[in-house]
Amino acid sequence: MEPKKTFAAATMLAGTMTALSFMSAGAAQAQGALVMYCAVQEEWCRAMTTAFERETGIKVSMTRKSSGEIYAQLKAESQNPRADIWWGGTGDPHMQAAEEGLTEEYKSPKMSELQDWAVRQWEQSKQRTVGIYSGALGFGYNTDQAKANNIGEPKCWADLLKAELKDEVQVADPNSSGTAYTLLATIIQIMGEDKGFEYLKALHKNVNQYTKSGAAPAKATALGETTVGITFLHDMVTMVVDKAPVKVVAPCEGTGYEIGSMSLIKGAKNMDSAKKFYDWALTADAQKLGADAKSYQVPSNKNTPIPPQAPKLTDIKLINFDFAKYGSSEERRRLLSKWDNEVKNLPK
Amino acid sequence: MSRATLGWIVLSWVGFALLPWYGFERSASPTIADYFVSGSALVHGMRGAWWLLPILVPLGMALVPVLRPSHGQKGNWLVASGLLGLALIVLQGFAIGLNGWTLDILRGLFGEPGPSQAGMGYGAALTSAALLIVLCHGLAARGWCRGDAFITSSIGAVVALIIVFVFFPVSTILASAFADNSGNFAPSEFIAKFMDRSIWGLDCLTSNLRCGVAWNTLFLGLLVAFGTTALGLAFALIATRTEFRYKKLLRVMSVLPIITPPFVIGLALILLFGRSGALSNLLWEWFGVPRSRWIYGLPGVFIAQLLAFTPIAFLVFIGVVQGISPTLEEASQTLRAKSWTTFWTVTLPLMRPGLANAFLLGFVESLADFGNPLVLAGNYEVLSTKIFFAVVGAQQDQGRAAVLSIILLAFTLGAFWMQHTWLGKKVYTTVTGKGDAGIPLPLPQRVALASYFTAIPWAVFTLAVYAIIVVGAFVRSMGRDYTPTFEHFLTAFRVERTEWGLHFSGSAWDSFFATVKVAALSAPLTAAIGLLTAYLLTRQRFAGQRSFEFGTLLSFAIPGTVVGVSYILAFNVPPIEITGTGFILVMCFVFRNMPVGVRSGIATLSQIDKSLDEASLTLGARSSTTMRRVVLPLLRPAIVASLVYSFVRAMTAVSAVIFLVTAEYNMATTYIVGRVEAGEFGLAIAYSTALILVMLLAIVAIQLMVGERRLGRRSASAAPSPVAVQAVP
Repeated sequence: MEPKKTFAAATMLAGTMTALSFMSAGAAQAQGALVMYCAVQEEWCRAMTTAFERETGIKVSMTRKSSGEIYAQLKAESQNPRADIWWGGTGDPHMQAAEEGLTEEYKSPKMSELQDWAVRQWEQSKQRTVGIYSGALGFGYNTDQAKANNIGEPKCWADLLKAELKDEVQVADPNSSGTAYTLLATIIQIMGEDKGFEYLKALHKNVNQYTKSGAAPAKATALGETTVGITFLHDMVTMVVDKAPVKVVAPCEGTGYEIGSMSLIKGAKNMDSAKKFYDWALTADAQKLGADAKSYQVPSNKNTPIPPQAPKLTDIKLINFDFAKYGSSEERRRLLSKWDNEVKNLPK
Repeated sequence: MSRATLGWIVLSWVGFALLPWYGFERSASPTIADYFVSGSALVHGMRGAWWLLPILVPLGMALVPVLRPSHGQKGNWLVASGLLGLALIVLQGFAIGLNGWTLDILRGLFGEPGPSQAGMGYGAALTSAALLIVLCHGLAARGWCRGDAFITSSIGAVVALIIVFVFFPVSTILASAFADNSGNFAPSEFIAKFMDRSIWGLDCLTSNLRCGVAWNTLFLGLLVAFGTTALGLAFALIATRTEFRYKKLLRVMSVLPIITPPFVIGLALILLFGRSGALSNLLWEWFGVPRSRWIYGLPGVFIAQLLAFTPIAFLVFIGVVQGISPTLEEASQTLRAKSWTTFWTVTLPLMRPGLANAFLLGFVESLADFGNPLVLAGNYEVLSTKIFFAVVGAQQDQGRAAVLSIILLAFTLGAFWMQHTWLGKKVYTTVTGKGDAGIPLPLPQRVALASYFTAIPWAVFTLAVYAIIVVGAFVRSMGRDYTPTFEHFLTAFRVERTEWGLHFSGSAWDSFFATVKVAALSAPLTAAIGLLTAYLLTRQRFAGQRSFEFGTLLSFAIPGTVVGVSYILAFNVPPIEITGTGFILVMCFVFRNMPVGVRSGIATLSQIDKSLDEASLTLGARSSTTMRRVVLPLLRPAIVASLVYSFVRAMTAVSAVIFLVTAEYNMATTYIVGRVEAGEFGLAIAYSTALILVMLLAIVAIQLMVGERRLGRRSASAAPSPVAVQAVP
């Protein structure tokens, strides 16, 4: 008999506690609250949260997710938005949200301090999203593996097609990763659409795996699971700082880049706090936090000191990336299904 | 009129006239007065929320049989009151939303934007629940289920919960399979997406192209189901029918993979067998076996899923094998059958429910698995990850996700249907009230040998994988730098002593506490609802029973990502507005894991002779008493199984909760996913190790609390170990 009573009691207790948690969910929050969706690495998110709380006394509830997840969530929540600001993450989903009117227009007084590319992002999105950092696309290779397999130092996109790299290149699947989509768009902008797809088809022979997450090839390169990994350079730099045998390469033909962005969410419940955060996040002081949290993107405020480990955008040949064209959902859908049909399904 | 009915009628009035009808705004700070009277539907109704007032009519109707007890048609009044009340509440809830009328027709008729209202609160919840029970009492009074109000109320409650937390959210997302990207109805899009070559293509048979993702998933699922069933059976036979010395170790090992958070097994396999993995290095240095990337793809996922799901099969078999009455085997032996003949013609057929359940669970688990394919599948695509990336990936195509979900759903339900057909109408009852004192036979030689040869190498392999995991938690960077360190644990679980007392400053504490709380809340609820449902399904006969059973299985068959998104779509707006609370996480887990409670309850109940309940009923006990005093104690293995399973599942689920977590309620697994994404394998593994410990403790605690079932049988060897977990489904 006894255990069964315990069971019944436990059930009742659980029921009561569920009801209580139901109540506490609606419990009061301090004046000046902010709900933030954050899409960069956890440390950086946390550093931003605590610094802003210290600065303003506004209590921040931060949730970290990938930018694709945040976009999906915003869309699902559009009837009754839960978050106030979306900070960080690659620009495409921000542009997409801007296009669908999920985010709010805003002109920050700090706009004049920003780099041109950040302002351009803001103009192209009709003032709905602004650049907060940027990172160039490139690749890294594992020096141990390269030595063991006698592979010469790859310097250009073209070098990745060499026969000696067969099954030695890793990159994400553009269907699931913004990083890989940036590669697709970059190659097309450098070489033109037909030549670009020829290149991708040739690269397909050397790709050992299309990963799901964009940063995964960086880890695989660091562990030696693949010789070459195509990612954003700052992801590779993180591995180098972690003392992995990795060398970072900015391709000689030039390369594309992402603009990590920030958007105010339409219908935000704490719009004032969100604008305060927006302005603050564009200051040099706030942008300095990235490097402390081992994220080596290039900050968008001109006055922010660029971390010494960060790949210098001035040393990298950047192409004039057309975010408006390649960020539009129509063009993306077309290119992705073309890639699916012409590249991904090819035999090795 | 019974006192219970009267009580529920009173409660329906309390909910309407006293408690706050609406939920509170998150930023508001309600006073005591808000909780009583002033926020009630009655007050709101008087102050202009006229649409709440009609609910008074059904509430009044329920009073008719109270005021005129002599009136003959008490049942009819109660039924009418309940039906009308629920209909009115649902109707006004869906017609009037946060921003006015929700339907175009209403906007056209009454002008924009119309009245608005917030999500329902305690009052609305209580009144709805009370009206539902009143309805069920009315049905009982009209003679349904032999007039047993407990049975009708139970059925009513379970059905209502399933409608609200399974059918309602799932139908919102499946509807998007038939819509184009701007949300208009477009059946042709559905057909185009459904017939896509990337889903059904069969190119791999004729050329070296890839096959469609549906075939990949099906093939992997069948392989895993066969593998786990065979291994699980071997383990179970060794554990119950042999004199093997390390049985206890076997049991502990069988539990380990179940309580391992996702990704961990996959990571460990990469660290062992990856191109730069520990074992690959040894093979290269000692035997010159070239290092390769074979682990990425079908082989890797297959091995990881075998490791993860064999224990589930083992737990199914161990309950079933123990439940088989030795009397039948002894009879066979007395009739001079050889031990092999007995095994083949008596023991094995009696295990058919076990075989079918284990196979089914292996198949379904493989289909629903998300963590292992994410880490290991390489270019071998399966539906679960494909659905996830259709929602969050660069394509952002919810319709496609819905189409893929429908396919996955069809596979799972197909498997359930086949299991049902195969088991058929045969009877597997072996636990009766009668004298039953045989000794289980030892295994025939060849079966025993076969079992040892499959199980022992596999056990050694499992141990190796877990050794890697433990090592990984205590070295700086697995695979590169083997300096021992506590750094990962300190980062995650640092506790500092400050002047205000202990301060939990580690980065993992928040998610850790939230996870334990949600898991501890959802486990007993899951077990209670699951077992109640199992009881209704096996012991009662009522109209619509099959569709009822189907409904309980549905949420299990739906992939986690789909559940997550559908919960946001359904529960972010009034009338039921619960996103961002811990409550939605609890409900999500309860209804995702309930089917396991149902399955294990059904498996156990079908072995228990109905005459035991009938004896209790004949002696004058009511069905609720019978349930409490006869059925529940016999169900102990099922109770343990469903408590353990739902607790563990709530701690290790990923894909369903990724959309539901908030800053306040972050879950351990989403935290771990973040760590894995950032490449901090050490921290991820360290956190997982801590979670494994917590779950082990919880399992032991549950086992001690619920206790063992005593069947009054002699056992051939020593008594079974007390820390055993028995009979999941």
